[in-house]
This record gives sequence, structure tokens and C-alpha cells, in this order.
Amino acid sequence: MADVLEFTYEVSDEDFTRAGEASSDVKKKLKKLGVSPDVIRRVSIALYEGEINMVIHANGGIITIRISEDSITMILDDKGPGIPDVEKAMQAGYSTAPDKVRNLGFGAGMGLPNMKKNTDSIDIETKIGVGTKVTMVINL
Amino acid sequence: MTVNDVIKLLDATPLTCEDKLDTEVLSACGSDMMSDVLAFAKTKCVLLTGLCNPQVIRTAEMMDIVCIIFVRGKKPDEAMIELSRDMEIPLLATPHRMFSACGILYEQGLRGGTEHG
Repeated sequence: MADVLEFTYEVSDEDFTRAGEASSDVKKKLKKLGVSPDVIRRVSIALYEGEINMVIHANGGIITIRISEDSITMILDDKGPGIPDVEKAMQAGYSTAPDKVRNLGFGAGMGLPNMKKNTDSIDIETKIGVGTKVTMVINL
Repeated sequence: MTVNDVIKLLDATPLTCEDKLDTEVLSACGSDMMSDVLAFAKTKCVLLTGLCNPQVIRTAEMMDIVCIIFVRGKKPDEAMIELSRDMEIPLLATPHRMFSACGILYEQGLRGGTEHG
């Protein structure tokens, strides 16, 4: 594997049906690179949850993926409304998603807890009215 | 159990990826909440759902779901069928409702893959 591979994706908020395209592409790339199925599964779940969150709450944003010799880093950067209470948002079952999102099968308050569960570290920088940056790392 | 066995048990109609129906199935997950599927689905799992939108297929892709079974005769649209072909995930439609469909598979030995069955 090369020293560091980096990919960037722009996540649009216009079409919820397209949410997940970036995660899908990352999954394909990791498969091609020969990353272990367990790691691919964890990256896929964490990234897809994050991507869905960006579409639901933040009008889209930018995803950056860095793959190095010993880790995969996922950075999800948005200019959304920010998270007022991160501790609460991390609780399983806590959700602020609107009903239309629940009707699509999301918004059960499992996203952030599931992202935490599937990664080795998660860091959330958020500022009300400015945006949120979620950095997740999975060690290889 | 294979996807073909599931088809017979549930009187299901295969809608795509007919070449993938001999794939082995080890567990099942029945839910309309994709959030729960992302949190709890196990490996080599079939997904039974009454939800019919493209995110069901994307969720299944992320979780390596073996096949998706739409209950109560729900039919996916062309865009979903095309997406499932790209992802190589078979789609089935069964006339059974969620509770009955899950019960039939459970009765035949399929489990949820957790310590609670």
C-alpha cells in the first residue's frame, strides 16, 4: 500500500435517495486494496451512518478518507447547525430527526452510538451555527 | 438454508439477481428501521422489511446482506431494481406480512444471530 491514500467526496443534500454513494465508493476501494472484511464492515457502517447524518441534519458536506499503513481516518466536515449537546447526541435512542426522515427508516438515535461502536476513536468538534467536524479512526 | 429455500418457504418472487439465489443464509433481521439494521444485523443475513426505498438497498450493501425480502407484497421501483443489480443483492417479494414471514423462517431454524435468538 502507498504511504497515504486520500479521497474526498462532496455529499449533496438535494437527494436523500443518493445518500450513501460516498460510503459505497469507499467500500469498493477498500475491497480493491485488499483490506480485511471486518475492517471494511466497520468502515462501511460508521461512514454510512455519518453520511446519512450529514444529509439529514447538515445539508451535506465534505468527506475525506485517509488510508495509511496502520489506520483509516474518516473526516466528515459540514456547515450545518452544529450539535447543541454532544453528550446527549451520543446516547442510544436520542434523536432530533424529523418525521419525514423516520419514515425513510432512519432517525432512531442509533447513528452516533453506532459510529462510536465501530471505530477505535471518534472526535466531534461542533459549533452552533457554524458546523460539525467528526473524525473517526479505525486502526489496521 | 439458501436464498432458494427462503423463496420456497415464503412463496416469494425473485425480482433481481437470479444467479445469486444459491447463496447461503445464516441469520435473519426483520425491521423497517434501517438504523436498527445498521446496528444489529449479523453476517450472511437476510433482511425482511416493509420499507421500500433505495436506502434499504444501500443499507444492505453496507451490511453485506445476502438478500432483501419485501413483505406484504411490496414491489420496489425500477430505480431500486437497478441499484440492487449494481450491488448484486437479490430482491424478493413475499405476500406474507412481517410477523408471519419472520415466523416461518424462525420455525425452519433461522435465527437472529444474537444470544436471545
